[in-house]
Amino acid sequence: MAVTGQVMILFVLIHVLGNSTLFVGGLNAYAEKLRSIPPLVWATRIVMLAMLIVHVYLSIRLTLENNRANPELYAVKKHLKATFASKNMIWTGLVIGAFLVYHLLHFTIHVINPEMSASMNVDALGRPDVSAMVIANFQTFSISLIYIAAMIALLLHLAHGIQSSFQTLGLNNDRMLPLIIKAGSIVAVILFMGYISIPAIIFLELIKG
Amino acid sequence: MDLTLYVWRQKGPEQPGRLEQYRAGNISAEMSFLEMLDVVNDDLIRKGVEPIAFDHDCREGICGTCSQVINGVPHGPEERTTVCQLHMRHFRDGDSIYIEPWRARAFPIIKDLIVDRSALDHLIQAGGYVSVHTGGVPDANAILISKPDADMSMDAAECIGCGACVAACPNGSAMLFTAAKVTQLAMLPQGRPEAKKRVCMMTEEMMKEGFGNCSNHYECQAACPKGIKVSFIAKLNREFIKAFDSHGE
Repeated sequence: MAVTGQVMILFVLIHVLGNSTLFVGGLNAYAEKLRSIPPLVWATRIVMLAMLIVHVYLSIRLTLENNRANPELYAVKKHLKATFASKNMIWTGLVIGAFLVYHLLHFTIHVINPEMSASMNVDALGRPDVSAMVIANFQTFSISLIYIAAMIALLLHLAHGIQSSFQTLGLNNDRMLPLIIKAGSIVAVILFMGYISIPAIIFLELIKG
Repeated sequence: MDLTLYVWRQKGPEQPGRLEQYRAGNISAEMSFLEMLDVVNDDLIRKGVEPIAFDHDCREGICGTCSQVINGVPHGPEERTTVCQLHMRHFRDGDSIYIEPWRARAFPIIKDLIVDRSALDHLIQAGGYVSVHTGGVPDANAILISKPDADMSMDAAECIGCGACVAACPNGSAMLFTAAKVTQLAMLPQGRPEAKKRVCMMTEEMMKEGFGNCSNHYECQAACPKGIKVSFIAKLNREFIKAFDSHGE
């Protein structure tokens, strides 16, 4: 789980960097460049799908085994260290999974809102207009809200997941543990800000189509 | 001081249990928690009520038998303190105190506050030992061990096997207990020959005994009366990866 999680964290990092090209007007060029290297795109997709399947399988098995091992029968139970994020990994994970399906149908396969999709519209240089698609969609409140809500789930998932993955891989000791916990949360917050900045700024009409 | 206790009462392993309310009167702040329960039991016996069954042995914080979850925390509110070393001065007059047994599938309740912790013994039997030839006593310092390694091993050896880590864990996992034993032995040259086998056998046994998996909540370290650290779990994970790497040696 730790290994698959860390590979997916790498993807999430690269994805947010790619997204940020929108702010400098380079999203269409970035998308075009990616499309021009199909082996890279397909290799990434296949690896990510494999990681996702293993991660989901292990997480469901883990949750079922753990629920069986501790039926939580205490009349009074005080958690000293466990956080909301650490106790709800399965739920934040499921929200992210559901969002992933929505996100792919929306911006990759163009089943949702096809009239605004990049495959239907081209920019001045004849490239699929990814930038216009993103801006047009995020001007709708409900779409922005779905994206921001999903990113809250991602924030919680990574706030626990990053430090947890280091511990599981044994990449930890007394001195590193508090630093890794703090760094994991900071990285999760930075990623969250990076991702929500796009729908938030577009919705607040700071970037116009 | 006067206290209201809510104590888990359960006649036997198969019987249903429930919280019963008792009054603990005339409790001195100098008493230990177990002495307070002794006073309550004395009172119950006089009234002809079955006394509260609880485990205890050394009453000096080293045997690990006094397994009670007090107000939702294994061994109660004081850090690095077992129930027998918890004194009533940490409570206030008029307090309500909830006393429950360890709860985990691997620790079935025998009666009231007593649970069967044999699962921890089975973990030790699975690999928590070193195989040595008996015979003459080896010379002292014949095998040199660096001070940091010896310190780490001794820190891990502080575990008294009380099971508070399991009771505190939202997953009912015995990872901290197992990690302490794996680290204690893996840090010493005498423990190295069986290190790979040990970590595999003990983790496998954990699953067989019905303990959960570690998902790094770190509740165990917070509840441990001996300050066993979760960094030992990272050490266990490293040992496990090393064993995995050795193609089933």
